[in-house]
Amino acid sequence: MKYLTEFRNGEIARTLAREIHQVTTRPWKIMEVCGGQTHSIIKNGIDQMLPAAVEMVHGPGCPVCVTPLELIDKALVIAAQPGVIFCSFGDMLRVPGTEADLFQIKGRGGDVRVVYSPLDAVELAQKNPDKQVVFFGVGFETTAPANAMSVHLAKRRGLKNFSLLVSHVLVPPAIAAIMSSPGNRVQAFLAAGHVCSVMGYWEYPPLAEKFNVPIVVTGFEPLDLLEGIRRTVIQLEAGGHEVENAYSRVVTFEGNRAAQKLLSEVFEVTDRAWRGIGVIPNSGWRLNADYRDFDAELRFQISGIHTEESPLCHSGDVLRGAIKPAECPAFGKECTPRHPLGATMVSSEGACAAYYNYGRFLSAEQLAGAGSALSDVPHA
Amino acid sequence: MPEDVKVAAPDFSNWTCPLPLADYPTIVMGHGGGGKLGNELVEHLFLPAFRNPALENLGDAAVLDLDGGKLAMSTDSFVVQPLFFPGGSIGELAVNGTVNDLAVSGADPKFLSASFILEEGFEIAKLAAIVNAMAKAAATAGVQIVTGDTKVVERGHGDGCYINTAGVGVLRAGIQVGPQRARPGDVVIVSGTIGDHGMAIMSVREGLEFESQIRSDCAALNGMIADVLNAVGSAVHAMRDPTRGGLASTLNEIAQASDVGVVIDEARLPVRFEVQSACELLGLDPVYVANEGKAVFFVAPEAAHQVLEVLEAHPLGREAARIGHVTSDHKRMLVARTAMGANRVIPTMIGEQLPRIC
Amino acid sequence: MCLAIPGKVEAISNDGLIRMGRVNFGGVVKNVCLDYVPEVEVGDYTIVHVGFALSKIDEATAEQTLADFRAMGMLEEELASEEEAFARAANRPQSNCPDGSCDRANQQVRESAGQQTDSKRQ
Repeated sequence: MKYLTEFRNGEIARTLAREIHQVTTRPWKIMEVCGGQTHSIIKNGIDQMLPAAVEMVHGPGCPVCVTPLELIDKALVIAAQPGVIFCSFGDMLRVPGTEADLFQIKGRGGDVRVVYSPLDAVELAQKNPDKQVVFFGVGFETTAPANAMSVHLAKRRGLKNFSLLVSHVLVPPAIAAIMSSPGNRVQAFLAAGHVCSVMGYWEYPPLAEKFNVPIVVTGFEPLDLLEGIRRTVIQLEAGGHEVENAYSRVVTFEGNRAAQKLLSEVFEVTDRAWRGIGVIPNSGWRLNADYRDFDAELRFQISGIHTEESPLCHSGDVLRGAIKPAECPAFGKECTPRHPLGATMVSSEGACAAYYNYGRFLSAEQLAGAGSALSDVPHA
Repeated sequence: MPEDVKVAAPDFSNWTCPLPLADYPTIVMGHGGGGKLGNELVEHLFLPAFRNPALENLGDAAVLDLDGGKLAMSTDSFVVQPLFFPGGSIGELAVNGTVNDLAVSGADPKFLSASFILEEGFEIAKLAAIVNAMAKAAATAGVQIVTGDTKVVERGHGDGCYINTAGVGVLRAGIQVGPQRARPGDVVIVSGTIGDHGMAIMSVREGLEFESQIRSDCAALNGMIADVLNAVGSAVHAMRDPTRGGLASTLNEIAQASDVGVVIDEARLPVRFEVQSACELLGLDPVYVANEGKAVFFVAPEAAHQVLEVLEAHPLGREAARIGHVTSDHKRMLVARTAMGANRVIPTMIGEQLPRIC
Repeated sequence: MCLAIPGKVEAISNDGLIRMGRVNFGGVVKNVCLDYVPEVEVGDYTIVHVGFALSKIDEATAEQTLADFRAMGMLEEELASEEEAFARAANRPQSNCPDGSCDRANQQVRESAGQQTDSKRQ
């Protein structure tokens, strides 16, 4: 595939890896915020190509990991109702709520459907006027334009049976929260390339300045990731804290103006709870007054949900990069991919699931001896 | 159900390891996905209940000792949606699926049964098309459908048409294959491109559909497998057709059954260009996508070259490739060497692979 | 929320409410909303996420990036002292792969560097 395959060239990848080895003289901790980047790093074994001194910390960059538990529980209640077609991206189907996940709701008779695009959900609403069609609108800024357009289109078509269950989260406040949290070990960030294709990267220089961290806008293919890491390490070694764009074939400084315009017409900023981390002020988007009619939370008026995280789960500490998955006491015991306690064990790029699969390389004694640094780390 | 019939709560205490089933008190779609959930249903529900030596082997077919010879027997149910897809229909799947299960067990498939569960309101014209497809597939495979059954369920209870086929075949003398027989040093060979069937289905699945030239690879493999066994005989230690759960699930199953490690080279996996593109679009990994016309062989190293030659000479094996080998390292695990030269563990899926946006 | 792939726009249509394109992703064609990329025309490449084109791919930049990568490889050969670089890498303060598998990956990187250099010297 053009503009994809070329950026997976193994020989060039090894060249870039060698470059990174050549410039690294000290240990560095770099966080990639985006789940798609985590997936690519693990799938391609990028972290294995890096010098041991460069540690990639997998950040809270995936809707699977950060959608608030309360919202998952509301989704489960809505999806279980007769007369509702609940549409979602595939990623969300196995995320554990307090009692169940969407898959189990489907098993009990809920009409839960995986779609590729929110526009598919709008079409379903058009074709099924006697049903309420709800779309689970999660994601970072990359997905928000799609969700915005879907609800904008539903409004223009006068659809009364379409609504959005919204949980959008924003990257820059997450970076600020991570850098501000006690015990933070992250020293640089790879900014999410596709988030930036929408938003541009004008939001990042103030962050780089305030927290003294290099931020490099990075793509997703192996060559893009290695190049982003290379530029980050060069800055770290030189004591820099600039914002660079290593994904310039797709990302511009100002981003996508048309998308940003519709986003401002449909959404407004709000405080958002990030699962495992807690409330980060002004870190999310919700439907604004013009579109509140399409908000599924209001349309369905769910109340009386008892939300409870497993007390054994330390997803939040993992998401912040405060602990490694193997340092969680439940890791590999009460919590495995087969029965996950928290979101980071669910999807294949959740840090805990990734570690579990890679970590089976390690012997049981080594995992047990991986150490526990939890006594003084606050649990959100 | 009559009122006086009480449904007792299952008593797990006599069965091994009841715990995992308690997580899912009802069946979920993942139980049919060919991954861990499905395996657990077998290990913790069916196997303990039905326990017998023929079943415990858990191969694709059961080997049965009768006075005067050995038979292989296999069964499969087909619930695919949609019923008609690019490259085939539930009819071809129903015949070829069971034929292939027998063939990869080292048997010559002979006779099939066919049972239909039809939904009230299902169009006869569609049924006729399915049945004709079955007849054609059976003729191509050289098997006869000798017995069957039909039941009808009420509208709303059956997705149109479900088919179950069971088949018997004669075990070839001197051939002993099984998932537990792979040994360190064995070469892993796949008979052609992976992911075609699963992506052909995806291309017509509501909510995910796309336009492409991808067609299901559904085919009867008994002729090709017979060629391989005729050429190298017992140098083939294990064979399987990687259906639901894809190549990854099959290789994991054999690694676990044989207590060995399996290593594959991602750069050598044969994947059609369009199948790869469709997987990129939906965020799927071809190693987990279903196949219906491919076989995986675990072969003694000295016979690998010949196996490849035989496969490439057969119309269904033209794109056969050597993709890896068996090791005594990382036992019970499948490891892939990525195009970058790094290693990644490829686990068995939990349920079914879902499209992702992340 | 980052799975977005490049595709080539084959046709564009407008149903009054929304601008849609037929986009070809390596032989797989989907209808994609082009409302966010008014500058994209037939023949252009664009990045698509969940059915929406988000950005036009700047092909000249893409080619330049790849050319830069390739040049890096050749420059490396000329500057060398790989031995120095690997010796430095070898004096790690700690390994994050207790089983040594990173060491194996690094070994492979070293070996392939050695092979490349050797073949160029011939």
